[in-house]
Amino acid sequence: MNAFFALIRKDLRLYFTNRRALLVNLALPIVIAAFFGALFGGGGGNDKRKTVRIPVAVVDLDRSKISTALIKNLSSDAAFDIQSLTEPDAIDQVRRGKIRAAVVIPEKFGAQAPRALFGAGVKPQITVHFDPSQSMVMAMVKGMLAQHAMRAVTETAFSAEGATKVFGDFRAQVATSGDIGEARKRDLLTMFDSIERVQSRDDAPAGTAGTAGGKPTFDLPFSTRELEVAAGGERKYNSFSHSLAGMSVQFMLFLGIEFGVNLLLARRLGLWKRLRAAPLSRTTLLGATIAGGTLITAIMMTIIYLIGMLVFGLRIDGSVAGFFGVVVAFALFTATFGLLIASIGNTPEASRGIAVFATLILVMLGGAWVPSFVFPEWLQSATLAVPTRWAIDGLAAMTWRGLGIDAALAPMGVLLLFAAAFGAIALWRFKWEE
Amino acid sequence: MLEAKDLHKSYAGSPAVAGVSLQVTPGEIVGLLGPNGAGKTTTLSMICGLTTPDSGSVTVGGLPMGVGACPAKQRIGLVPQDLALYDDLPARMNLETFGALYGLDRATLRTRADQALELVGLSDRAGDKVSKFSGGMKRRLNIACALLHNPDIVLCDEPTVGVDPQSRNAIFDNLEALRAQGKAVLYTTHYMEEAERLCDRIVIMDHGRVIASDTLEGLYRMLPAAQSMTFELDGKADLDALLRIPGVKKAEQTNGTLTVGLDDLGDVAPAVVAALAAAGRRIQRVSSGRASLESLFLNLTGRELRD
Repeated sequence: MNAFFALIRKDLRLYFTNRRALLVNLALPIVIAAFFGALFGGGGGNDKRKTVRIPVAVVDLDRSKISTALIKNLSSDAAFDIQSLTEPDAIDQVRRGKIRAAVVIPEKFGAQAPRALFGAGVKPQITVHFDPSQSMVMAMVKGMLAQHAMRAVTETAFSAEGATKVFGDFRAQVATSGDIGEARKRDLLTMFDSIERVQSRDDAPAGTAGTAGGKPTFDLPFSTRELEVAAGGERKYNSFSHSLAGMSVQFMLFLGIEFGVNLLLARRLGLWKRLRAAPLSRTTLLGATIAGGTLITAIMMTIIYLIGMLVFGLRIDGSVAGFFGVVVAFALFTATFGLLIASIGNTPEASRGIAVFATLILVMLGGAWVPSFVFPEWLQSATLAVPTRWAIDGLAAMTWRGLGIDAALAPMGVLLLFAAAFGAIALWRFKWEE
Repeated sequence: MLEAKDLHKSYAGSPAVAGVSLQVTPGEIVGLLGPNGAGKTTTLSMICGLTTPDSGSVTVGGLPMGVGACPAKQRIGLVPQDLALYDDLPARMNLETFGALYGLDRATLRTRADQALELVGLSDRAGDKVSKFSGGMKRRLNIACALLHNPDIVLCDEPTVGVDPQSRNAIFDNLEALRAQGKAVLYTTHYMEEAERLCDRIVIMDHGRVIASDTLEGLYRMLPAAQSMTFELDGKADLDALLRIPGVKKAEQTNGTLTVGLDDLGDVAPAVVAALAAAGRRIQRVSSGRASLESLFLNLTGRELRD
């Protein structure tokens, strides 16, 4: 039997007959990927995903028609779980982390807001108490508050009853103003009359654009249609795709650590001495070690993705050849990573600790735990120098992004470059003689 | 068969082996004896191509030994001091894996694995994982793994470390069987009893040098007295008279105990007994003994072998 293949066969047999280690290496990435996948939105499919509603308290100190309408609008928003509380209770709940923010509608809001809409009078101030650990929620609350407040205020301001009161006040202010010229006064009064006439008509059909119950309102001048840009077609984005890529990369690197540590153990146990006593070149011995590690990693990645397909409905929507290209390039990278550990490590114990630390940094920067688009811009650029980023992005491109083999070439190239560099350093530093 | 000439090896300027030469011929077990740190393992590493000597040469059947894919390695089987086995693989697969490193085909591997398992008495455990073996069984398998490619020379680096007497005897039987097959065996040990029992020739090393090399009898001849007699007497002996007897090398008396060193027990003992009788001394008790490698090492180095 060829010595090279005998060594690979031995590595495969040693790894795949260790059922406990095999189970752990398969189960852990899948279980953790399932957790992260569920966290970031769950699986795909045509079923409507249930959105987590943000708990927000509203304190209505005004109790006017406008504030009631505002609360009604907020309550109808699918993004919020609105609770009406007193101000002290609301602040206490925010402090305890039970709710994310508390919106306090001040007294006289209903009276001041319509005037403020036309730039007259004092702007009422809505206070938002928020949980500092949830600062991202603040922007969302402010945005949605602006939308719903605008709608509630304009509905009231442009209603016949509201308009009469508001424009009556405006007329009085314009008539007594000494700063406005006579011609401009006439124009403004004419405009107020026109608006009032429009408001007084109740024959506008309900539900037309820019109306609410037949009354004109100010509203967003557009609506949105949300389409996922994933693999295309009717297929939905499957968040397990990302988490499984990240976790499989992480746990395969842990496997790479085991390759390296096993080499150090082989040296300690005298096995390496026995292997070197055979008429084998350095290339054969280390080459078989790399080939065995590559094969094991590639097989494990394939099994993990097969389980992902069966259990979580993942699909390789891009190039299958590209997918396997990325897997094999990453597997080679993993094997050389293991060899690098063996070449620079002194003892199995010390090497394992350092290698686990390095691996966790690599996978963290590679976007295995949270997608790299969440990173600050500088970090997104910096992590392009991290091989795990390319592995995860390459797997994403070939799975849920549904890209062609050309999108796999860069990740493959980078991973192979890193593998070559790691392999070269390992060969250079490997302690060959006893 | 195996010839090492003037081997030198230093680590960080400190010489580990300095000018070691030795030969092993077919059908011979040569013991490499010395205390820990004497340079035995380094010498063995250079002989089997694990370590490149700073100077000197090793030839196996006329082929020069070197590191890497050296053809001379094909003729050597190494039994490392450690249990160099894959615990999670069955015994047979261990054998076949190590045999495959020497390019044996599948059929030959199977046959040789059967033969090796039979030699070390593990045929009935061929399919069991090594992790289930006792220490002695692992030691025997450790030897078997070196034999698959049918080497002419077997290098054993302290193969009996940590085994029980029964397993040790089994290992000795295995090695004697190899000698009977015409293999040359180089056996490294720091156990004098093993060297005395097993080896046809013994090379004694200390501080990286060979301090003696001969057959056991030849080594004993290097001592002032190869054998000794101890007498319990009723009085003081005439030591000068005893030393005048041909073949008597030494005569000392402490209290009532007289120790006489001899070249040869059979030739000289009657004359010693006769001389004591002639001097009117009554022998109350007598015993005889042979010099040991321990005493030889002490004589050569001034230190105990086990220091």
